[in-house]
Amino acid sequence: MNWAGWLLWGFLATIVLTTISGVAQGLGLTRMNFPYMLGTIFTPDRDRAKLYGFAVHVLAGWLFSLVYVFIFHSLGVAGWWRGALIGVAHGLFVLVVITALMPGLHPRMASEQHGPAAQNALEPPGFLALHYGVQTPLTILLSHAIFGAILGVFYRIT
Amino acid sequence: MCTKAYSARHPGRPKFIYLIVLPNDGQVPRINDYGVIGDCRAAALVSRQGSIDWLCWPRIDSLSIFAALLDRENGGSWSIAPATAFQAEHSYLPDSNVLQTHFLCPSGKATLTDLMTVASESFKRTAITPDHEIVRQLTCTEGEVEIQVNFHPRPAYGLNAARIRNLGKLGIRMDVGRGAYWLRCNLPLQIQPDRVSATLALKRGEVLQFSFSYAEESPAVLPALGEATSAAIERSTIWWQQWAAQSNYQGPYRNEVTRSALALKLLAYAPSGAVVAAATTSLPERIGAGLNWDYRFCWLRDASLTMRALLGLGYIEETESFMTWLLHATRLTQPELRVMYTVFGRIVPRERELNHLSGYLGSRPVRIGNGAKEQLQLDVYGEVIDAAAQYALRQQKFDRTTQKVLIGLGNYVANNWDAPDEGIWEPRSGRANHTHSRLLCWTALDRLLSFHEKGIINGAPWEKFQRERDLIRRQIENRAWNEKLGSYADVLDGDSVDATLLRFPWYGFEEARSPRMTQTYHRVREQLGAGDGLLFRYQSQSPEGAFGICGFWAVEHLALGGGTLQQAHDLFQKLLRYQNALGLYAEEIDPETGNALGNFPQAFTHVGLISAALTLEEKERGESHPAVQTGADVRASSTSKVGA
Repeated sequence: MNWAGWLLWGFLATIVLTTISGVAQGLGLTRMNFPYMLGTIFTPDRDRAKLYGFAVHVLAGWLFSLVYVFIFHSLGVAGWWRGALIGVAHGLFVLVVITALMPGLHPRMASEQHGPAAQNALEPPGFLALHYGVQTPLTILLSHAIFGAILGVFYRIT
Repeated sequence: MCTKAYSARHPGRPKFIYLIVLPNDGQVPRINDYGVIGDCRAAALVSRQGSIDWLCWPRIDSLSIFAALLDRENGGSWSIAPATAFQAEHSYLPDSNVLQTHFLCPSGKATLTDLMTVASESFKRTAITPDHEIVRQLTCTEGEVEIQVNFHPRPAYGLNAARIRNLGKLGIRMDVGRGAYWLRCNLPLQIQPDRVSATLALKRGEVLQFSFSYAEESPAVLPALGEATSAAIERSTIWWQQWAAQSNYQGPYRNEVTRSALALKLLAYAPSGAVVAAATTSLPERIGAGLNWDYRFCWLRDASLTMRALLGLGYIEETESFMTWLLHATRLTQPELRVMYTVFGRIVPRERELNHLSGYLGSRPVRIGNGAKEQLQLDVYGEVIDAAAQYALRQQKFDRTTQKVLIGLGNYVANNWDAPDEGIWEPRSGRANHTHSRLLCWTALDRLLSFHEKGIINGAPWEKFQRERDLIRRQIENRAWNEKLGSYADVLDGDSVDATLLRFPWYGFEEARSPRMTQTYHRVREQLGAGDGLLFRYQSQSPEGAFGICGFWAVEHLALGGGTLQQAHDLFQKLLRYQNALGLYAEEIDPETGNALGNFPQAFTHVGLISAALTLEEKERGESHPAVQTGADVRASSTSKVGA
């Protein structure tokens, strides 16, 4: 196990993923601000939520990259397209599973069944996070594919 | 619509006048019939018939979602009103920008409360709040009232139809561009692909609530209705009232000054500190003509008076934000200054005509962007430096960067004051040697020399500034004075007047009671008087309205020694009759009907009102005008500081 390689490239791939998400939002491809969504789990303060969410997102991305690394080791080979494929699978998992669970996990998120309440006022992502813009699934899949590709290219199996 | 018209000349008109409306009559409300709501980021116009006819989100200069103000058919609007014939009057909750429209029907009464929600920063740290939200709450207060709701958004100045999606209990969503609009209601609505409607019968005590919000970031905040909405209304009302209570104005016109301050606050863009000229574009200066401009930008010509209003009322936080915006947002073009900037200090977009809109009462073209951005208006330098001088009365020092900026502006003025320019009124017919521009160039150099005297700024070419300032004075005294006319003239060697000549005493260039100013005042009144205290801004071949602020300039001229304080009060009170039922002014006033003309509400008119009220108050207390403290070579009544 190449721990140094994982620490470095897991971190950098996460930073790139976060940057791509920010660029996609800035360009109007999606409204989704994942750090903000994560951060509001901990605080209603919009500015602080983004800060906390960014930290949580980076940590989570770093940990998730460990799964990529384990898969590379189990396959005995890495490479950009294998990484990208794992990334697409990861993105699908986020889109289908995480977003569906989010209203139940997130203490401030409204549910589609009950609607918003004073303490649960955040818009839920909906199926494939389509509530956040029709290009949101594409953005998530692409950013995760790039995340995986970076790990696949730069992580060395020793 | 059968409007119970009144003459603005009619003294003692009641504060509230019911507007009698028949349903679906399709007529256009007067500009006077609008109220404004906002959140210091955007503003919406609400007619006395209960219709939001103008809304641009997320910023005041963004594309519109409702623009029925400029095209009843295609602009888009959101109406909540009785389905039967009704009478209506509107008012603000005291000292707030929370608007209430009271409907009176044969079967009952209802009150519509409209606002954009606002909250303190401390509250926002403890609760999730939407970025931009309009709350509309209709309460039946007596009997039973059948209500018709028509929500018809038309994004991008009516160019597009909205695609409305029903998301069940979450509400109704419209994806437009990079953002999403959400509409939520506590009662069932009929949803069509591009609009929402409802006809509901409300009995006494029943409440209809709407939340309309906009977000460019997801997850959006979807405000809860019910008690949460009532709490948001109360919170917003208190927020405005607490802000209004900061005013230290103690004079006799408290209600009018507070309303003007609240209007100014609505036109201030909180994230940057900028103050836009008005909330609208293309409301006509002449009905049916082409004098339709986009005023949703920040004109530097308003700087000095805006500073005067904010500082005079004691709004220190807003003063500091505005000063920061003035000096730093304009940095991209310094030492040259543009006539206007966007709220973020960017160059104003190029002027475009929206030919698909029919315009207010057929006043075409509707324009967005502003072509006057390319003009040279030398008066803006004096306005900015005079604003800094007023600010320095409190601050007493500038950091090194600000000093450098001010010296750079001074150098520009010293090198360029003798050039012809377009001047304050922005004619599109070419440049001339405007007296007012010279006056403000004199003001710029005079205030900088005052900084030098007080040790506020160091390192400028003071001798050059003094030489050029004195040259400007001589030029104005020799070439702007027209003996035959018996008045200062609007341009050097000219033979006509404009209302800016009344500003000489305000900037301390000449005493209001001097023989020349006395004659000038009478000539201005004679040639520009529009009746009942109103003034046209200049002599014009084609008719336009009386210019709102010019009347207040005349008040200040009288108060500064050009007349008696009683005369000034009398004139001020006459001008107050031209505000609408809510206390708001547009840019101009039709002298025949008293109707508002031009963009609305207009910051320039309201800062003029505040400045005049402050001057009256200062004179009542025997205090000197700020120019006495900010200038170096000031000539003002009741002061011993008379320059050479």
